[in-house]
Amino acid sequence: MSIFKDFAKGLWKENPVFVMILGMCPTLAVTTNAINGFSMASATMFVLVSSSLVVSVLKRLIPNQVRIAVYTVIIATFVTVADYFLKAKFPPISKALGPYVPLIVVNCIILGRAEAFASKNSVIRSLADAVGMGLGFMLALVILGSVRELFASGAVFGRTIIPHWHSWVVMILPAGAFISLGILVGIFNLIRLKAKNEKRKVKN
Amino acid sequence: MNLLLIFIAAAVTNNFVLTYFLGICPFIGVSNKLESAFGMGMATTFVMTLAATATWLINHYLLMPLRIEFLEYVTFILTIASLVQLVEMFIRKTSPELYRALGIYLPLITTNCAILGLTLFIALRDYEFLEAIIFGFGAGVGFTLALIIMAGIREELEFADVPKPFEGTGITLIIAGLLALAFMGFGGLIAS
Repeated sequence: MSIFKDFAKGLWKENPVFVMILGMCPTLAVTTNAINGFSMASATMFVLVSSSLVVSVLKRLIPNQVRIAVYTVIIATFVTVADYFLKAKFPPISKALGPYVPLIVVNCIILGRAEAFASKNSVIRSLADAVGMGLGFMLALVILGSVRELFASGAVFGRTIIPHWHSWVVMILPAGAFISLGILVGIFNLIRLKAKNEKRKVKN
Repeated sequence: MNLLLIFIAAAVTNNFVLTYFLGICPFIGVSNKLESAFGMGMATTFVMTLAATATWLINHYLLMPLRIEFLEYVTFILTIASLVQLVEMFIRKTSPELYRALGIYLPLITTNCAILGLTLFIALRDYEFLEAIIFGFGAGVGFTLALIIMAGIREELEFADVPKPFEGTGITLIIAGLLALAFMGFGGLIAS
């Protein structure tokens, strides 16, 4: 039961993007369309799961004083692996994501999970937590990417949804990223506030 | 002339926060007071200039001759982390006043993606030594500029009646979007 809880909290209750506001740089930068968001989230998930695994296996061996440096090196290693893999197998995606793949090293979600969860919990629970957080991040990136792609070109994942859409160029530009994410965060908060109020009503 | 262009591009037209989305965490986290925004901006500019210098030297005199460029990310992030630590110790010893002003912001800088992004951009674009330093300084100035503008707006915002779900992060992101639109106006400064 608790393993499922560890897994599910990342999706909604502690969603890294919409609730905890972590990992903003890749979220905003690569979501010009849904595919890019998806590939970025997959790369991040690989690094997150692998580094959580390694950190939780090694947690007794890592001296407390240098733990942050050790975590960073572990993360940077997996990021290098992911980056070279993308460059070799999916050159177009690697090109589209550009320097944001190496920047996964400083994605606060990964270091945050290593420090807050993997360093204190068992391997299986850390794995569940990492997969949940990774999927939550993916959910957020795909939603934001789809919204921006839809308004920019009338398509989602490259498939036309609204024919003859008068494209809003601003949605691909940085300004569109900030504004769409701001509105999405607002909508998520609205849903959560409503759910909370209803719970309170039921209790009374 | 070239150096001036690099400076302007890094600071204004290709502002790190508003066009590359680097350093968003402190941009949202530390921008609610003008004073702390200024402190954070100064500390970041300082570390950015140093990091640009150090990683350029390491990249050109260590990684490239030995052909171990695949260690780039690990080396850069370790360089930045130890640099921040060194700067912190140095400032604490030499100027307690400055330490009190910047102290709490320094550890935060290690995980600021703007710094690592800066070093990666320098490696990617093959800047010369002097260009790299100017680029680092310009990026820091741009970061400070964006942070201070944002803090100024947010201080006024405290008196505004923002809808509840948009309080905090939501409205900050939307304002950042409007700022990014405004900064696009600087695009004409540099003919591409």
